[in-house]
Parts: sequence; C-alpha cells; structure tokens
Amino acid sequence: MIQVTNLTKWYGLRKAIDGLNFHAKKGEIVGFLGPNGAGKTTTMRILTAYMPPSEGRAIVAGYDVVEESLEVRRRVGYLPETVPLYADMTVLDYLDFMAAMRHLPNADQCVDEAIQRVNLEDRVESYIGNLSKGMRQRVGLAQAVLHKPEVLILDEPTIGLDPAQVVEIRAFIRELGADHTVLLSTHILSEAQQICNRVLIINKGHIVAEDRPENLQARLAGAERITIELAGDTEGAETTIAGVKGVLTVEPMGNGVFEIEITPGKEIRPAIVRALTRAGQDVVEVHSQGVDLEQIFLELTRSDDKSKGKRTSRQQKE
Amino acid sequence: MRNIGIIAWKEFRQYFGSPIAYFLSIVIFLFLGIVFALDLVQTMSNTYSAQVLEGTVVLGPLLTLVLFATPAITMKLLAEERGQGTLELLLTAPVRDAELVVGKWLGAALFAAVILALTWVYPVFLQAITKPNGIDQGPLVSAYIVLFLLVGALLAVGVGISSLFSNATAAFFASLVVSLGLWVSGLVTSTLSYMGSMGGTSLWGTVMQYMDFTSHFYNTAYAGRLDLTDIVYYVSIIVLSLFFATRVIESKRWR
Repeated sequence: MIQVTNLTKWYGLRKAIDGLNFHAKKGEIVGFLGPNGAGKTTTMRILTAYMPPSEGRAIVAGYDVVEESLEVRRRVGYLPETVPLYADMTVLDYLDFMAAMRHLPNADQCVDEAIQRVNLEDRVESYIGNLSKGMRQRVGLAQAVLHKPEVLILDEPTIGLDPAQVVEIRAFIRELGADHTVLLSTHILSEAQQICNRVLIINKGHIVAEDRPENLQARLAGAERITIELAGDTEGAETTIAGVKGVLTVEPMGNGVFEIEITPGKEIRPAIVRALTRAGQDVVEVHSQGVDLEQIFLELTRSDDKSKGKRTSRQQKE
Repeated sequence: MRNIGIIAWKEFRQYFGSPIAYFLSIVIFLFLGIVFALDLVQTMSNTYSAQVLEGTVVLGPLLTLVLFATPAITMKLLAEERGQGTLELLLTAPVRDAELVVGKWLGAALFAAVILALTWVYPVFLQAITKPNGIDQGPLVSAYIVLFLLVGALLAVGVGISSLFSNATAAFFASLVVSLGLWVSGLVTSTLSYMGSMGGTSLWGTVMQYMDFTSHFYNTAYAGRLDLTDIVYYVSIIVLSLFFATRVIESKRWR
C-alpha cells in the first residue's frame, strides 16, 4: 500500500529526511516514532502529495505521489498535525464540503457514517469553532475516513487530548486498522506500542530501527530492572542475589535497597525473594521497573552523542 | 470544473456568514445612498438648468468604494487558509491548484456581483420617477458590464496577493497598495501626456495609455460605448493574476 524508496527532502540547505526506505502492507498499522523535528511530518506530507520529495520515490495505493498525485489524493485520508477545520462552519457543512470535493456518489450516506464512527451525532449542527479540542480531533478524523480511503495518514492524532479522549481515539485507530492501511506518527512510545503492528523509529531524517513493537522492546531493552528493599542487616545479600540464575548485575543503593538487572521476559522475582529469605534476609518490598523503553528510545534517537556521553559519565563516577 | 463550482459555492456561502461582508455592504450602500440623495435633491431644486440625472450617477463613487472593498473581500481567501492550516487540507484533496484558485476567485466574484446587482436600485428608482421619458439605459448597461469586469480584475489581483501571505491583514494592505498603484498609474500617464513629455503618438505613450486601469472604464463604457479592447484588458488582468496565484501555490509546495 505504501512503498517508499530512498526518499529525501531538502529544505534549503537542511536535509529534513535522508534516504528513507520503508513499506506498509494492506491492513497494517505502522507507527512512525521519533522526537519532534525528526522528519515525521515531512514524510507524511510527501506521502499525501502535499509536497514533492527532493529525491526518491513514494508509491501510495499503487500510484506515484509526484506523477499521479491526484490519484493518490483520492485514495488517501489525511489528518494533519494542526487539524484543518473552518471555525465558522458547522460540522455537517464541513463534512458535506469535503464529501463534495471528493465527488462521493453517496455523499450523504458517507457523511452520516463518518459522523457515527467518531460519535459526533449530537454535535453535527454545532459550529466547529465552539467545539472542544477532542471534538475537533474527531471532526478531523471524520474528514479523513469520509471516503473510506485505502490509506490513512494520521499526524500525531492524540496530541493535546485528555487521557479519556486519548484512549478513545486509540481504540478508534485500532478499529480502523481492520480495513485501512494506517500510518500514524507519534512521539509517545507507549502509544506506538499499544496501537501499531510495526514501529519505525526515525531520528534526524533516518530510520534508526524498524520492527514489531514486542521485538523492538526485547531487542532494545537488553535488560529489565527490579528494586528490592531489605530490612535489617543486609550483609551478604548482594552475593545471595547475584547467585540467583537470571540476575545480570546487582547494585547496592544504600539503606537496604538493591537495584537488580535481570534477563528480560523471565519471572525470577520469586526466586530472588526465596533465596534471600533462605539466607535470613527480610524482604520488605519488591518493585519492578519493567523495561525502561523511554530510556532506550532516548539513547536510540540521540545516537550521535550516545557512546560519548555514556563514557564521560562513567569516567566522572570513577 | 466541478471542483471550481464546489469551492466557489463554499466561499460564496461563507461570505454571508462573515461580519466583513455585512460591514462592506452597509458602508457601500450607506455611502451610495447619501451621494444619490444629495444629487437628487440638488438636481430637483435647480429648476433653471436642464440638467438631468444620469442612470450612472452612483457609479463614480461606487468605483472608489470598490477600490477599498475588493481587498477586504479577497484578503482571507488564500492567506487565511494558509494561516490556519486548512490549505493543507485543500492541497491534499483531489483538486488541482488552478481549480482551487479559480474557485476562490469565482466565489468572491459572485459575492461582488450580488452587491453590484443591488446598486441597481438607484437607476431603477430614477427610472420610476422620471417617467414618462425615463433614463438613458445604454450607458447603464455597458457601464455595468465593464464595471463587473473591472471588479473581477481587482478581485483577481487580490487573490494573487492573498496567495503570497499567511495573514489576512497583511494581504489586505498589500492588495490595497497594488490596487492603488493600478489606479494611480492612470493619473500619472494622463498627467505626463498632458505635459507633452510623452504624446499620445509615441509608442510609450500608447502603451502607458493602454495600461491605464480606470480609463478603460471611464473613457468608453461609462460614456455608453462597449469596446472590445476594454474587455480584453480586464480579462487579461484576471487571467494573469489567477495564473500568478496558481504558480505561487505550486511553488510554495516545494518549501
């Protein structure tokens, strides 16, 4: 559905994206993950035929975005980052206008369906200017799914929404994945994990990682962290913990607290507690920090100074 | 073609939901009404002269008002779309850039046509009170045809300027400056040719005279003569300006 080869975009002398290669299959939800300014919006604008690439090719729904841009635009639904709405139009007028622009043969039916899909039935006569941010986002989504496009491109669809609305929009996007190819961008890691079948991590115009979220997690994580707090005398506890199978490192943090790195995916907390109890230690708290994806994400996306930065901080410690 | 109609209709409808449109109509009709009433009173009280009110009596002041009204009509057409991000919606919809530009212009032209059509109340009123002779309808028809083209040209210039900006106010003032420039260029040429520095016979003089914006209205249509030159002149301004706006939109896609 989406096939991108060697896509490059220059803004003057600055390279916004640099030789991107990726694809998305039918019915797939692909997440575009990266910090602000990584080139997510630029890529999406090229895929929606808003702007042409400087180099490379992008095929969307079987058509080239430069040579057959009108065909691409007919088959793509797009929700830009700033939701494009006319404040002085009602929801219904706005959707009718968009349906007319897309020459939908059964426009009224399409508009009704779109309104139902985003649960806006009771606000159709409201002026868009009077709607809340979450409502506007839904109007934007309704506009994007109006013509049942083969490909949906959503730029930061949950940004600026309250938690309840975020949950709702995420559920809606997952539902869309059933019969659309969805490409969505986000800088929230857990969001990509929750919604997407596949995640592309992009930084400074390059794709730095691409995989299914669970694989990515395992690959990137390397280690899982837990904290254990002991009461009383902790003499010898460090060696006891280190003796448990699956423990990678143990670091005493003082006050009876130990930070333990373990092989991810294995539940060895009971084994640690048992070993400690057998050694006569009193365990008062076991806390799993889980996989620290945020940290890994930061490291990946700041790969330029990653190795350097790590070394200097170590040196300072020593 | 269908897209042009859809965009034009949306713009046309939006004018009637915007305060600018009502403000403009009020100013235009208030001003014209005063001018008309004063002219009427003056003519009627002046029993000695055989002066008769022409049907085109309001067209002079209307022309001046139009100069200020058209930038207000066109200022937000493309600038506001760019400013509020809806241009992204239109440029990713299956619509050609040229269709978008022409549609915007047509919407504005339709709105202007409604206002122009309403100014017919004055000649109709004159016709009613000057029975049985009535007024001379020839100049009226030719003047309105060319006036409409003149307004269309100003609107096209406004669309072109609006495409350059992302702020409606900036677009308003820039369009006003350009429209004033077109207006004043006529004064300059006529003054220069009057001073004899460039007589009507020299090539430059002829070119400058042809370029003069208002004389294509005043010298012919206003006097009751419909001249193909004038129509070609205004239509070419419309085409060139809209072509310019399309190219601006296209080129801004690249940045």
